[in-house]
Amino acid sequence: MPVAIGNYIALSSVMFFIGVAGVLLRRNPLVMLMSIELMFNAANLLFMAFARAWLANAGQVFAFLVITVAAAEAAIGLAIVVTTFRSEKNVDVDEIRLLRG
Amino acid sequence: MIAFWVLGAIVVASAVWTIAAKKPVYSVVALLVNFATLAVLYVTLSAEFLAVMQIIVYSGAILVLFVFVIALLSSGVAPFSAGPNRMPNAAAPAIIIVLTALGFLAYAAMHAPAVAPGSVHTTSAIGPVGAAGIFGSVADFGKALFTVQLLPFEITALILMVAVIGVVALAGDQRPYVPTRKHALEVERDVREAILRGGE
Repeated sequence: MPVAIGNYIALSSVMFFIGVAGVLLRRNPLVMLMSIELMFNAANLLFMAFARAWLANAGQVFAFLVITVAAAEAAIGLAIVVTTFRSEKNVDVDEIRLLRG
Repeated sequence: MIAFWVLGAIVVASAVWTIAAKKPVYSVVALLVNFATLAVLYVTLSAEFLAVMQIIVYSGAILVLFVFVIALLSSGVAPFSAGPNRMPNAAAPAIIIVLTALGFLAYAAMHAPAVAPGSVHTTSAIGPVGAAGIFGSVADFGKALFTVQLLPFEITALILMVAVIGVVALAGDQRPYVPTRKHALEVERDVREAILRGGE
């Protein structure tokens, strides 16, 4: 029995907003990066669902691109965290004010 | 159908666990559960190649990177002070916005038009997972990736190259590589010994 596309939209949006809540409510930059990964994956799930519904694998290719972007984002984000920790000894996002105007 | 609800429940529960866990390591474990469950969901959506990619890239590469950074940062002092974040004023509006958006999405999902396969660019037939030549199989995906979708594939390469350069520029060793006299002598001795041993 096939699953209606609306169920995938609902699951994907719940997952996306859990990621949004993680970025807004946590102060640990690592957990914030993980929440961003959650949002990437919510988008990917929707790409897969629509690709399957329309039988068009352009959606899968785009999900592949999203996975690449997520990998690059994680690598650069973690590099920034490590660099900040080297100079600050404290990577609490509430404490980092170096770029505040 | 039952599989979808079971997997969906695991996905949501592990996502909540990811953002609620006190220690980042637990968040990584929860995220691992989330990604593995998503890979199973991808298989049910006949995206078998991307299910494998999900396991390899996310569980195998990105999460290991997270674990390494956590190990690196928590080796010295504890970098995080306790207590809630200092954005409590943002929490209430954020929750309201999220609930409103969820309501809109639920409405849209209930009134989504029925999707007719074949009315757009269709690639291959649906078939059992693992069979050759069907939609979402490795052959099908690879053919699309190297013919119609070649430009996105090449953009992928550019993105990865920029990421590598960026990471090395950000977190790499800032000093230029200057071999010391002692190091050069050690290398020379090693090479000489290797030649004496028989040119290995």
